Amino acid sequence: MTKEYKTISQIAGPLIFVEKTEPVGYNELVNINLPDGTTKRGQVLDTSNDIVVVQVFEGTGGLNRDCGVRFTGETIKLPVSKDLLGRILSGAGEPLDGGPRIVPEDRIEITGAAINPYARLPPKDFIQTGISTIDGMNTLVRGQKLPIFSGSGLPHNEIALQIARQARVRGSNEPFAVVFAAMGITNEEAQYFMSDFERTGALERAVVFLNLADDPAVERLITPRLALTAAEYLAYEHDMHVLVILTDITNYCEALRQMGAAREEVPGRRGYPGYMYTDLASLYERAGVVKGRKGSVTQFSILSMPGDDITHPIPDLSGYITEGQIVISRELHRKGIYPPVNVLPSLSRLMNSGIGATRTREDHKAVSDQCYAAYAEGKDLRGLVAIVGKDALSERDKKFLEFADMFEDRFVRQGIDENRDIETTLGIGWELLAELPEAQLTRIDNKYIQKYHPAHKAKQE
Amino acid sequence: MKNKGEIYRISGPVVIITGLNTKMYDVVKVGNEGLMGEVIGIEGDKSTVQVYEETSGVRPGEPVENTGMSLSVELGPGLLESIYDGIQRPLPVLKEKMGDFIKRGVSANGLSREKEWDFVPMIKKGDKLNGGDIIGTVQETKNIEHRILVPPAISGTVSEIKKGKFKVDEVICTLADGKTLTMMQKWPVRKPRPVSKKLTPSTPLITGQRILDGMFPVAKGGTAAIPGPFGSGKTVTQQQLAKWSDTEIVVYIGCGERGNEMADVLYEFPEIKDPKTGRPLMERTVLIANTSNMPVAAREASVYTGITIAEYYRDMGYDVSLMADSTSRWAEAMREISSRLEEMPGEEGYPAYLAARLSEFYERAGKVKALSGKDGSITVIGAVSPPGGDFSEPITQNTLRIVKVFWALDAKLAQRRHFPSINWLNSYSLYTKALGPWYDEHVSPDWVKLRNDAMELLQKESELQEIVQLVGSDALPEDQQLTLEVARMIREYFLQQNAYHEVDTFCPMDKQFKLLKSIMSWGDKAHNALDGGAPIEDIMKLKSKDDLAKVKYEKEFDTALGVILKTMEDEFAKLRGK
Repeated sequence: MTKEYKTISQIAGPLIFVEKTEPVGYNELVNINLPDGTTKRGQVLDTSNDIVVVQVFEGTGGLNRDCGVRFTGETIKLPVSKDLLGRILSGAGEPLDGGPRIVPEDRIEITGAAINPYARLPPKDFIQTGISTIDGMNTLVRGQKLPIFSGSGLPHNEIALQIARQARVRGSNEPFAVVFAAMGITNEEAQYFMSDFERTGALERAVVFLNLADDPAVERLITPRLALTAAEYLAYEHDMHVLVILTDITNYCEALRQMGAAREEVPGRRGYPGYMYTDLASLYERAGVVKGRKGSVTQFSILSMPGDDITHPIPDLSGYITEGQIVISRELHRKGIYPPVNVLPSLSRLMNSGIGATRTREDHKAVSDQCYAAYAEGKDLRGLVAIVGKDALSERDKKFLEFADMFEDRFVRQGIDENRDIETTLGIGWELLAELPEAQLTRIDNKYIQKYHPAHKAKQE
Repeated sequence: MKNKGEIYRISGPVVIITGLNTKMYDVVKVGNEGLMGEVIGIEGDKSTVQVYEETSGVRPGEPVENTGMSLSVELGPGLLESIYDGIQRPLPVLKEKMGDFIKRGVSANGLSREKEWDFVPMIKKGDKLNGGDIIGTVQETKNIEHRILVPPAISGTVSEIKKGKFKVDEVICTLADGKTLTMMQKWPVRKPRPVSKKLTPSTPLITGQRILDGMFPVAKGGTAAIPGPFGSGKTVTQQQLAKWSDTEIVVYIGCGERGNEMADVLYEFPEIKDPKTGRPLMERTVLIANTSNMPVAAREASVYTGITIAEYYRDMGYDVSLMADSTSRWAEAMREISSRLEEMPGEEGYPAYLAARLSEFYERAGKVKALSGKDGSITVIGAVSPPGGDFSEPITQNTLRIVKVFWALDAKLAQRRHFPSINWLNSYSLYTKALGPWYDEHVSPDWVKLRNDAMELLQKESELQEIVQLVGSDALPEDQQLTLEVARMIREYFLQQNAYHEVDTFCPMDKQFKLLKSIMSWGDKAHNALDGGAPIEDIMKLKSKDDLAKVKYEKEFDTALGVILKTMEDEFAKLRGK
């Protein structure tokens, strides 16, 4: 099986075309031996009796027609063991931290099989991130995939790290791990993540895969798959709850487009391949909880929207696959508010199953809905004020206008190390809502108003 | 004639085979593992096959075998309560055979061969049978009687008919010419099942959702589309329809959607009770789950699998509703396969036959007289996920040309937590007229006018809102302020509906009528009072107005509404007295 071919007929971008081979399997792993003795790796994209197309992960620099090509007869696998924890690996899975190679307990295909929907357990365990805009308004649950839609120059890294530091399921001390995969981010950004992991001791329970901006783009196509394979292994074989942070999905999609162009495929919207939805789904869908297994995989990816445009194909297709999104706002960032989460376009689809009397608190949904409605109305009124001036507003409208300001200042804004529990978050929500006339609280059941509204609460006590 | 060939080339889900004699849409078994695939193109002695399973590691030269059959589904007792993937493999069986993850090369029968069903014949020896005739019944679930049909192409005289417990593949009836019938039949999914006549839809599908039933109804046998950007509540609306629609059978196709949401449906449906029968909803439901990371070719097939099952129950004389979530994923699967075939792309990379495929699919809906002589219907409700929420994209546009009802989801409404976030100005229904007589008879002769008045008021509101945006609401004349207030009441008290509230999640037609009538009559009274000189501040403060807001959540709706109407009378009388 390890026959070496010297029959490269063409090299184009990241692709090489090999002729006259024995039958080669689709998606097979390929080793390419360069004349200088180094080896590169690649993967079969198209195979037939006449010609085999291989994409080379480390780029085709230095390749010529004299290179030897060996087909390994197996698809790409990640050697896994519990010792992965605490390790820093390259985007192709090689150790970068000077440590020994991983002694594998198992070798797992990185493409990952789809979870049978019938074997899934609907996610419902509330994860407290300590950030009000997430816990209170867009609750994250175990097994969810909730990306951050951000833009360049916005503090998405800080937010991701704050979540990685603070996230926990209330009242549980179950083993918890972070898998971090960097795709095409700068060395500086990577350093920022690494130093924070070291500072907080998180590195011991983390696996890090680094593909930096100057690493080959094609490698980015396997980095997230390696990371998710490691995550699934830790979750389903070692009962851990794994938080996967993938950054930046946009770089991944750029690499996908680059490959598509190299293969001369018919492009879809904005030049991205027509199968980008399916491809992204094969990453995002690897989150979840499986019946009868203790661990879980939760995904918190970072995606920078080109030109802050939420209708760009990358955020758009992502939004159709993920269970919601946290949208970072440049406007709030400019106002100096951290974390600048714009709750209006943000959404957590699994929120309703993760909140309520037994999970957070009975009034959670009502408070959240009321805050949403009031904030949306207040924000609308800002537009009106710009035209007619504040004085033209009715008393009622003025209250809503003030609510929007206070909401941003007190509910959204919090410290980078401030870890608010859910009671604190809901408490702030109630304080703000108490400023509105009680008759306007139409989304809240009267019994919760009696129980939690500061005015009534004070009376009871 | 060879029926064994070999693989020539593999590129993802598209495999080219050689040396095999094939017909279009033949199902072939590809490679050593026998992966299931379907012939979608023939050129010389090479055939192009789309494979329904992962092709990693498959090599050129591996054998290919032709089954000679088109992609078919098994139809018979046991379909209800099932959960299938896109090619009718039961997911619980797959889980048993290959664990928690979908692996490949495993085949599974759509219908269990083990289970026995109690067959009660309705015909006797010597009877003449035609295709589509009912030969007997099986109690499939507590409330659904499964009618065993003669396959459409078969006819003849009965020479033997059995009674008792049988498995689906055991012979229950023999014809004079020696043909045998079982409880199971197979049907190719891409071919519509024949009917004797198509009829015009005339009864509404009652969904218990006020904005749908009240404002934009779909008829039983009609077609509707729900397009909307992500996060605008498409899936929740589809699920509400699957839960509460008053059809006897529901087929729900999760086509290329989220695994966790499918899991939610799989968990929830067995728990929820049908409001009509009190039995678990699952007993009338067939679920097809092909999540976005399952093979793309099977996603393409899932829609056909679903509609064929729906047609089978329609032929028994049932009203069936079919929800496809989402047809955009289906179209994308077509695009993906088309691009692998290097076909000339049409608009936005979609194949040129997109419009034809969509209309063929929606045409399989309709109210019909089945071959058995019974009336049945299929209502198709397709979700569309337009990229960026832009309704001008090809799938939305091609769909709108076909469907009669358009429920336009609006992200803006969703953001302010107005649910269901269906925009009342952009949506339309072309059935309102045809359904008029039904409403006169079953709801109230006032209903159609009431609905039109409410719509007119909402239209007026949107015009007034434009002025308000410029000058503020206080600058409007008082009667227009009141109009705005009544419109707000219609929006918040009537159109908004909480899918997660135990009472509000389902709202019967009668309650919809009373609720809307009360709001409108409050508006009339308020306008009269205003004309009579009552100050608008006093009118706005009336308790009956705030009471109307919450009456939809009351368990004892009629009693609660009665009290409110009484308060309303008193309050307006008092205003007049002043």
